[in-house]
Amino acid sequence: MPDGVIGTGIGAVVKRVEDFRFLTGNGNYTDDINRPGQTYAYMLRSPHAHATINSIDTAVAEAAPGVVAVFTGDDMQVGGLPCGWQIHSEDGSPMHEPPHPSLAQGKVRHVGDQVAVVIAETLEQAKTAATLINIDYGILPAVMDMKAAEAGGTLVHEEIETNKCYDWGIGDKSAVDEALASSAHITEIDIVNNRLIPNAMEPRAAVAEFNKATSEYTVYTTSQNPHVIRLLMGAFVLSVPEHKLRIIAPDVGGGFGSKIFLYAEETIITWASTKVGRPIKWTAERSESFMTDAHGRDHVTHAKLGMDENGIFTALKVETYANMGAYLSTFATSVPTYLYATLLAGVYKTPVIYANVKAIFTNTVPVDAYRGAGRPEASYLLERIVDRAAREMGIEQVDIRQRNMISADAFPYQTPVALEYDSGDYQATLASAMKLAETSGFDLRKKESQARGKKRGIGYSTYIEACGIAPSAVAGALGARAGLYESAEVRVHPTGSVTVFTGSHSHGQGHETTFAQIVSEQLGIPIENIEINHGDTGNVQFGMGTYGSRSLAVGGEALLRATNKIIDKASKIAAHCLEAAVDDIEFKEGNFTVSGTDKSMAFGEVALTAYVPHNFPHDELEPGLDETAFYDPANFTFPGGCHICEVEIDPETGVTEVKNFTAVDDIGRVINPMIVEGQVHGGVAQGIGQALLEGCSYDSDGQLLTGSYMDYTMPRADNVPNFKVGTQSTLCTHNTLGVKGVGEVGAIGSPPAVINAIVDALSDMGVTDISMPATPSKVWQSIQSAKASS
Amino acid sequence: MPTVTMRVNGKTVSGEVEARTLLVQFLREHLRLTGTHVGCDTSQCGACVVHVDGNSAKSCTMLAVQAIDADITTIEGLADGETLHPMQEAFRNNHGLQCGFCTPGMVMSAVDLVNKNPTASETEIREWLEGNICRCTGYHNIVKSIQEAAENVGG
Repeated sequence: MPDGVIGTGIGAVVKRVEDFRFLTGNGNYTDDINRPGQTYAYMLRSPHAHATINSIDTAVAEAAPGVVAVFTGDDMQVGGLPCGWQIHSEDGSPMHEPPHPSLAQGKVRHVGDQVAVVIAETLEQAKTAATLINIDYGILPAVMDMKAAEAGGTLVHEEIETNKCYDWGIGDKSAVDEALASSAHITEIDIVNNRLIPNAMEPRAAVAEFNKATSEYTVYTTSQNPHVIRLLMGAFVLSVPEHKLRIIAPDVGGGFGSKIFLYAEETIITWASTKVGRPIKWTAERSESFMTDAHGRDHVTHAKLGMDENGIFTALKVETYANMGAYLSTFATSVPTYLYATLLAGVYKTPVIYANVKAIFTNTVPVDAYRGAGRPEASYLLERIVDRAAREMGIEQVDIRQRNMISADAFPYQTPVALEYDSGDYQATLASAMKLAETSGFDLRKKESQARGKKRGIGYSTYIEACGIAPSAVAGALGARAGLYESAEVRVHPTGSVTVFTGSHSHGQGHETTFAQIVSEQLGIPIENIEINHGDTGNVQFGMGTYGSRSLAVGGEALLRATNKIIDKASKIAAHCLEAAVDDIEFKEGNFTVSGTDKSMAFGEVALTAYVPHNFPHDELEPGLDETAFYDPANFTFPGGCHICEVEIDPETGVTEVKNFTAVDDIGRVINPMIVEGQVHGGVAQGIGQALLEGCSYDSDGQLLTGSYMDYTMPRADNVPNFKVGTQSTLCTHNTLGVKGVGEVGAIGSPPAVINAIVDALSDMGVTDISMPATPSKVWQSIQSAKASS
Repeated sequence: MPTVTMRVNGKTVSGEVEARTLLVQFLREHLRLTGTHVGCDTSQCGACVVHVDGNSAKSCTMLAVQAIDADITTIEGLADGETLHPMQEAFRNNHGLQCGFCTPGMVMSAVDLVNKNPTASETEIREWLEGNICRCTGYHNIVKSIQEAAENVGG
């Protein structure tokens, strides 16, 4: 592939083409869409975490002003929302998959569970009518604590006779036990990875419409992967064939994983649109987002790390409880298994690793992928236990990491937990981050903080992740019920402009710019002549969408391959027109030239010839210039890096301030440095949010205590510093672009760096641990407890 | 139902609304000015910020009837045709937006800040943005955008 940096090509800082519409109020988000004759849906939700529905009386509501229809679970007898990944327990048995109805069938299982939908002429009428629905609930005890739930007692789903979805393991348990038994030292840790609420700024929404003339449904919805929604909703829930179901994900205001999944509300209004014969709009209020968007994380883990007398890791043993919530969300089951435990080698040479994961049903919102999805849980566990091991062994933080890192000449590197890393240079990213963070000046800065009565600490995180999800055959063998390739069509128009149809979906990532840069580089045409089209299953060939930092590594590679097909065909057309052998045609900067001559044709001329084929090799080629590629990756990609955090803590108040945050990431080739930096900034802010501010909280009755921005602390501008961001790249070895992915690195690498920095700041006071989020009261309490026990 | 009349982006508009209609509903649903967004229900996120008589205000937190005779500017009224306002240009130039959802409110809030305090420090900018939540950018490039716009307007 070309490697030159042209003005709008690969490696250039190109200002985003999508910004003009967003900056002028011309974005087109789902709630901005209105259809003629539209009605409004309001979901009546369960106020109880766990209850039987003894009866529902909708008669008064149905007679209320403006009400078009009221439906309950009795009316909506369709398929359940499916789970896309089957996990098998260690004993070989398949996971338990209880039904996941869109509208509750006789029982509610979390606060916010959908009980009825009211459809009315206005939203206000629908909301008012919903208050007139009379429901007799039989309240049951809420299942909240995972370990108690594992033991039995009240069941979230009686039909499966357990609260355990699966009991899964990976690695060689007996080898790990042996290695631990003969280790010179074992460091143990108890870790809670706090439950998070994703909070994309655009609440979920959908508009559904049924066209009687064509028997076709059109659904606008806030999705990261409209084809996946079409497949799941059509084939599994509503029995609508794909050619009669069009899913459009227009501008989408952030996703972070939460908009991957098929949700109840979009299926309910799609189903109901035929019943009422009019378009239906539903938009979540933020409070509904809090109690129905799939949550993230929520792991409880105990781990043991064995070491020899020099601090060389000998074995790692991990036992994790993962909360599934009340139902299995679309990809929930894969997150604490193949996206978590397979990353437990991290960047280290730990020879044997075993992990056991128990997935538990509780009366809470379903838990699924959220920015990083499993990998932040792995990096947090590893980098916390490595930090503690260093303290226990009396080894410097940087030193213990360097002693155990996989060396740059060891690739490809097979870990003991299934993955084969293709490339990386962890010592180099560590060194580069230390330089950028000016760690050599830390002691001086610490003294300066001390002089002001503040405690300063520094924390390291040398992490790895797996993204570019995923080789379909591998994913299939591990239980995925979908392929994980990506598609691209490059449609060259007669005058040489280009429309790209990509199965990836942009909801902030800037594909309309970066994907156009790839085409600009490849075809040598100006970026203004390239349009990136995505998000509409009516236009775009089947694609798997955007999550797991896969757009560039999988979708970008598909696009590159489609442009290569264009160049191949165009070269043949040019050879014919220029009366030369195709092997003699060189394509450079948008011109096809017969090598060694001045005979050439511009890309636009070849395009015109393809569509006006008067002089054309008809016996060899079809007219037209329009190529599609589906790309299935050979391996995951493995971005990694080093994050270094410096905090300053006021011991009198427990307030932690992030003074410096440095991230140096190996993300492979960079297409647009400006966008890469923005992705890292956003991910790091979410990671700092997890570490210091954010924590979903339920009470013992299953009531969501953090149900609004008054109670759930989002990172604000004054909670985060300016970030120092750098890249230190090795190229991915199994895609042509050499790219690895950047969407999640910030959220994966940063939380342990923050917490390690807090522990470092307070270690001389006797504090050895602090849990996330490290709120001022928690930090202050830790200081007081340490003082009391010293 | 009350009739409201106000100036929006330089044009006089009026409409019949229920008394409980919020200004943001009037803008989005009656005038179809969908650039102003609703991101929460507790007056926290700031996606709905517009200017009311020259001051930034959360349009989800006032009634349309409270804006009678007021002069409203929304994100749609900020650019001069194809020429972006310096704040819009600075956001574009500094990658101060990603998904674009918080952007209209963020930009309107930032314009008000620079109008009131053209020499705002980084700390003052970050504190001013307390009422605008962004989940994508980590704020770094938003702060940079506002600093650049302030310099350009000041210069």
